Amino acid sequence: MDPECSRLLPALCAVLADPRQPVVDDTCLEKLLDWFKTVTEAESSLLMLQENPCLVELLSHVLKLQDVSSRVLSFSLRLAGIFAAQENCFQYLQQGELLPGLFGEAGPLSRAAWTVPTVRSGWIQGLCSLAQHPSALHFLADHGAIDTIFSLQGDSSLFVASAASQLLVHILALSMCSRAKGHSGPVGGDWPACAQKIVGHIEESLHSATTPQVTQALNVLTTTFGRCHSPWTEALWTRLNPLVACLLERDPIPAAHSLVDLLLSVVRAPVFSSSDCGLWETVARTLSCLSPTQAGPLAVGILKLQHCPQELRAQAFGVLLQPLDCVLKAMAQAPGLPGLLDGAAGDSMMEDTLLSSKSACVGLLCRTLAHLEELQPLPQRPSPWPQAPLLGAAVTILRFCDGSAVPASSMGNHLCGTLAGCVRVQRAALDFLGMLSQGTSPQELVTQVFAVLLEYLKSPDSSPTVLKKAFQAMLRWLLSSAKTAGCSDLSRHTVLVLRELFPVLQKRLCSPCWEVRDSALEFLTHLSRNWGGQADFRHALLGSEVPKLAWQLLQDPEGYVRASAVTAVGQLSSRGLHASPTSPEHPEAQQGLLSEFLHILSEDSEGFPRRAVMQVFTEWLRDGHADVAHDTEQFVATVLQVMSQDLDWEVRAQGLELALVFLAQILGQPDPHCPYAVALPKAAPPGLLTEVLQTLCRVRLFEFVFRALFDCDRPVAQKSCDLLLFLRDKTAPCSHPQEAGGSPDSASMEATLQRWRAGEQGQPLGDLEPEAVLAILGSIDLEGLQGMLAKSSDHMERSPQSLLKDMLATVHVLEENEADCY
Amino acid sequence: MKLYCLSGHPTLPCNVLKFKSTTIMLDCGLDMTSTLNFLPLPLVQSPRLSNLPGWSLKDGNAFLDKELKECSGHVFVDSVPEFCLPETELIDLSTVDVILISNYHCMMALPYITEHTGFTGTVYATEPTLQIGRLLMEELVNFIERVPKAQSASLWKNKDIQRLLPSPLKDAVEVSTWRRCYTMQEVNSALSKIQLVGYSQKIELFGAVQVTPLSSGYALGSSNWIIQSHYEKVSYVSGSSLLTTHPQPMDQASLKNSDVLILTGLTQIPTANPDGMVGEFCSNLALTVRNGGNVLVPCYPSGVIYDLLECLYQYIDSAGLSNVPFYFISPVANSSLEFSQIFAEWLCHNKQSKVYLPEPPFPHAELIQTNKLKHYPSIHGDFSNDFRQPCVVFTGHPSLRFGDVVHFMELWGKSSLNTVIFTEPDFSYLEALAPYQPLAMKCIYCPIDTRLNFIQVSKLLKEVQPLHVVCPEQYTQPPPAQSHRMDLLIDCQPPAMSYRRAEVLALPFKRRYEKIEIMPELADSLVPLEIKPGISLAAVSAVLHTKDNKHVLQPPPRPAQSTSGKKRKRASDDVPDCKVLKPLLSGSIPVEQFVQTLEKHGFSDVKVEDTAKGHIVLLQEAETLIQIEEDSTHIICDNDETLRVRLRDLVLKFLQKF
Repeated sequence: MDPECSRLLPALCAVLADPRQPVVDDTCLEKLLDWFKTVTEAESSLLMLQENPCLVELLSHVLKLQDVSSRVLSFSLRLAGIFAAQENCFQYLQQGELLPGLFGEAGPLSRAAWTVPTVRSGWIQGLCSLAQHPSALHFLADHGAIDTIFSLQGDSSLFVASAASQLLVHILALSMCSRAKGHSGPVGGDWPACAQKIVGHIEESLHSATTPQVTQALNVLTTTFGRCHSPWTEALWTRLNPLVACLLERDPIPAAHSLVDLLLSVVRAPVFSSSDCGLWETVARTLSCLSPTQAGPLAVGILKLQHCPQELRAQAFGVLLQPLDCVLKAMAQAPGLPGLLDGAAGDSMMEDTLLSSKSACVGLLCRTLAHLEELQPLPQRPSPWPQAPLLGAAVTILRFCDGSAVPASSMGNHLCGTLAGCVRVQRAALDFLGMLSQGTSPQELVTQVFAVLLEYLKSPDSSPTVLKKAFQAMLRWLLSSAKTAGCSDLSRHTVLVLRELFPVLQKRLCSPCWEVRDSALEFLTHLSRNWGGQADFRHALLGSEVPKLAWQLLQDPEGYVRASAVTAVGQLSSRGLHASPTSPEHPEAQQGLLSEFLHILSEDSEGFPRRAVMQVFTEWLRDGHADVAHDTEQFVATVLQVMSQDLDWEVRAQGLELALVFLAQILGQPDPHCPYAVALPKAAPPGLLTEVLQTLCRVRLFEFVFRALFDCDRPVAQKSCDLLLFLRDKTAPCSHPQEAGGSPDSASMEATLQRWRAGEQGQPLGDLEPEAVLAILGSIDLEGLQGMLAKSSDHMERSPQSLLKDMLATVHVLEENEADCY
Repeated sequence: MKLYCLSGHPTLPCNVLKFKSTTIMLDCGLDMTSTLNFLPLPLVQSPRLSNLPGWSLKDGNAFLDKELKECSGHVFVDSVPEFCLPETELIDLSTVDVILISNYHCMMALPYITEHTGFTGTVYATEPTLQIGRLLMEELVNFIERVPKAQSASLWKNKDIQRLLPSPLKDAVEVSTWRRCYTMQEVNSALSKIQLVGYSQKIELFGAVQVTPLSSGYALGSSNWIIQSHYEKVSYVSGSSLLTTHPQPMDQASLKNSDVLILTGLTQIPTANPDGMVGEFCSNLALTVRNGGNVLVPCYPSGVIYDLLECLYQYIDSAGLSNVPFYFISPVANSSLEFSQIFAEWLCHNKQSKVYLPEPPFPHAELIQTNKLKHYPSIHGDFSNDFRQPCVVFTGHPSLRFGDVVHFMELWGKSSLNTVIFTEPDFSYLEALAPYQPLAMKCIYCPIDTRLNFIQVSKLLKEVQPLHVVCPEQYTQPPPAQSHRMDLLIDCQPPAMSYRRAEVLALPFKRRYEKIEIMPELADSLVPLEIKPGISLAAVSAVLHTKDNKHVLQPPPRPAQSTSGKKRKRASDDVPDCKVLKPLLSGSIPVEQFVQTLEKHGFSDVKVEDTAKGHIVLLQEAETLIQIEEDSTHIICDNDETLRVRLRDLVLKFLQKF
């Protein structure tokens, strides 16, 4: 601990011990604890206590005081725990009878303060820090702490209850580990006393008829298997497996969710990858006993395992497929289409769930779809993957949702009524459908997929969020269909889809709902980014009103839409696809898209459209867009001039990105993998360099970059710093500071920069000469600046000294206020 | 209690409820779909319509060619359009005491009822209902009268001839009852019978029942009605809406605890969500206008049009349509737009609060001010000077058979740039378009019906929990086009009773109580006796006096002094004779004490047997048994009257008399 803190500590302890000076802000106490923890990790706690006796005094003072605030009491408990984590310090505190006083039955446990959850929580956390060595175990046993922890498992405060469970796991692990040195695990009934007590309690709870108790036991076990991977856990499971299996015989199965969590935690534990201990059998039984809703998470957890018996995987996959199988059966399927499952086992239970209530049905379907979506991209996903029936099921669900399905069975009729217009299921099914675009599907089904997606996109009843998903799914399917076609032209079928799609897109671009206009523009951007070169696509797009409508949306009243329109039109323009409107309503059309974008950049009141413009400009510059390429220098100069004073830091940061692209173009590419790499710069030849610097001066890039260096927003300053470093390294060989340093030009420039640094950004930099720039580049400590900027903005305020001072200052302020009152 | 169902149309109901001694007509909607069988009435001479070929039978017989014309493969009646009236034969309509109107769409048959059936009662409606209803009627009369048609076809209605006609004429129902439109004079006379009411106002009908209108949230001034007596409550739910549109929100709470809930006027397009439809409307409108086309919106002059104008007000700037003119053409366009702004108390909260700013509640005022929305009584006159294309025209009638809309259909139908957008759900758009085929114009169907859908109804019914629900038969089965949609019907317990046109339903509930008042002096004379904690009894002797459906208990006349002994009664004497009544008894007999008393009085061989209902006390010697049960006591002895009386007196000792 540094001496300054040591000096401040006594005063702080006095404040904490004084009940008349309440600590208003308990985040200070948390920070203080964090600090103590850091200090004790590096130093001896015992030494610290001996050097700072005020700390022990504080603890004993808190013990004696009856009216100490619950915050300070909780703090003291946790602090004592942190100190006692080191065994010698534990002994030291034991001597003073401090620990029994704090954690024993005579302590806060028997005081009125115990009713406050913070105090109970502090007690548990204190013990949790303390329980690090065998002496602690004896301490816990001697003072009956374990029984108190058992009772706290059912605490009314969820935080306390959860912390109590965690503490039990911690103690169990400690107890087993201290015994396990030399033993590979408990043999027969030979468990350490403490562990025996905890395991006995868990057994008792598992036998209990009340669900909360069973839940507590299962939660403790879940945490145990999740955290401890020593061999003794295997013995623990062998001992408890029959009891867990017994839970399955009860009706209803108690705490099913916790049971699933436990089993997943056990099957994931590395200890069980080699041995079995009846685990798989229990899991298989659980899968078949749980209701469809409860079994889903277990099934998906099993399928994600790397190693697991093949039969169990098949069973788990069956559980996941069942709801969709039911959906497929409910709909009179076209003959020849394979079903998902062969057997009819479990069907009635599934049907009951689907029929029981709307929320049950919707919940089950959404979860199932999400689970399957999660599995699809995994390498260990079930194989063979039933792509076609899954696709069929997704399409069927979507048809149920929009009411276009005409089922033959009563189950189907019921589903139709339940799912009609259900936005949640529609979204889940569209996500799932989008994901299925990755696989290979029969053409007949692909046709159905496009048909249903087009219906959704057309339907006036599709909500904006559903439309967004439908657009996303449509994009994925279109792109995948082109991939499978394998040739440069789009398939005939895709062209037909496009022909239907563009009128829909047109309508959606005119939607009164801005979210819809926005999704439609995003879709257009992605599609043209991928297919901008496809003749069929170009033909269909240019034959529609879409480019014109997109242009009109640059004037949309909603900022997000304007931003998306900028991106879309920018993209279309890059691909030579934008049709500037020729109507007299748009006089700006004559001046071209570039001036329209510059207008947005300088005039738009919202940040998003301006950011979008900068992104488009950067992209244009990078790709050599025709409007840019014919006079790049002029383009960069204009853009920098317009955006340099933008109020939005992201616009300024994007401006630096554009500057970097420009720099890279005239200087040569930086390492593509690490654009700001400074390690091995390839210096540019001196002649070229002067020319380059002159260009940079002409476009007033330096004025912008230097200004950004002192930007009040850290990311901008960082980016500018990186850019200057890159430039400096490129120019290093030519720079001769001793020659240029004395020039009057660089001196005035340096003075200006000084003022900028001080926050006076009003003054312009004036015309620059390359030499002056080189001189400045050499004279600024860019590395130092970079290091400073890399630190978080509150690094000054986070030091322990400042924390202690702040806490003391707050108290004094309070005191002063008090004095003022009288 | 009976319900006479005079209309089979679920959203244009006309039912008569007989409740207690009153006869109440609930709405009188006019089914105008019959007009779809007629040729349109063009405002401007249309060579196409006037030169249609006459229709002849398969055998070439052309005797109907003056009445029926063939147009685009369909056959239409070439005559003044006629409407299908509610049943007039099922019940004598002159006996109807009152007519309750729910909203302006459900009163269009009023002149037929009030002017031609001998009706002498009163009609109750809210002020906006009356005023806007008047506008609708005025517009209808105007549309039809300004295109006079000499011919009135009647031959085809002959049953034998009708059978020979092609569909849909062949299948048209009740054609003999179809009538031409009423006149303005009849409208005025009918509307003069309306008495204005406000929401939650209680109106006494002959002291028998009380009727109260409640806000239904569907249209300006639209109401549901509560019809209740002291112990019975019937709710009549007509067009209602839970959406946030311009009218005051629906009052659901007051519908609770109904014995019977009559449910009509649900949405006609249960699968279409109004929000989605408005979006569709706006997008299609914008697309058409941007391409240089015109948009025609056939609509009524009031109702959804206010909401559409409001949506467009917000939308046109964002869609770059600020320069496109919007025209609203109707003989009552001006009144409708003005009226909407003055009914502040009938508007939703948001709009009401605008009035205090003060600002017009509807933004169409601003559209008019900025010249974006212009209104005209008809296409003749100023309109033709101002007319600029591309434009958007709102005009009637939604059936496309009369009104200015006919002119625009003829004018714009040939160009695929133009679009007609149907927003009113009352008419099938395909049937409406039939006489205009072939049509190059685009047709968009965006029916906007804000009335309750089945999900909302099931929530409503769960909340208000009526004992019985009565509804049109259409609501008890899925729509014919979507027969698998089991969610598109009313699902309640017990199942809803359904009705169809010309049916009489006996409503399934019996009246069990009647409220009777008691005169103060009679009440004073009562001596209540507490027989259980909280329950007191008193014997009342009184005369029940009934007048104007009110029942009053009055003190009885003093016992007649004339002790002539002769039983004399004059016919005019309405005061009944008062017999001296035996006292009433109450209490229970404690068996043990009773046995002790018997023994005290010399009965020595008393035996007690317990039975399921009480006890039997046996007096073996006297061969007598006394059955004591909860609500009766019997002394059974063989012809020994003295013994019986002795025993009776002993029993009576344990009971209280009053």
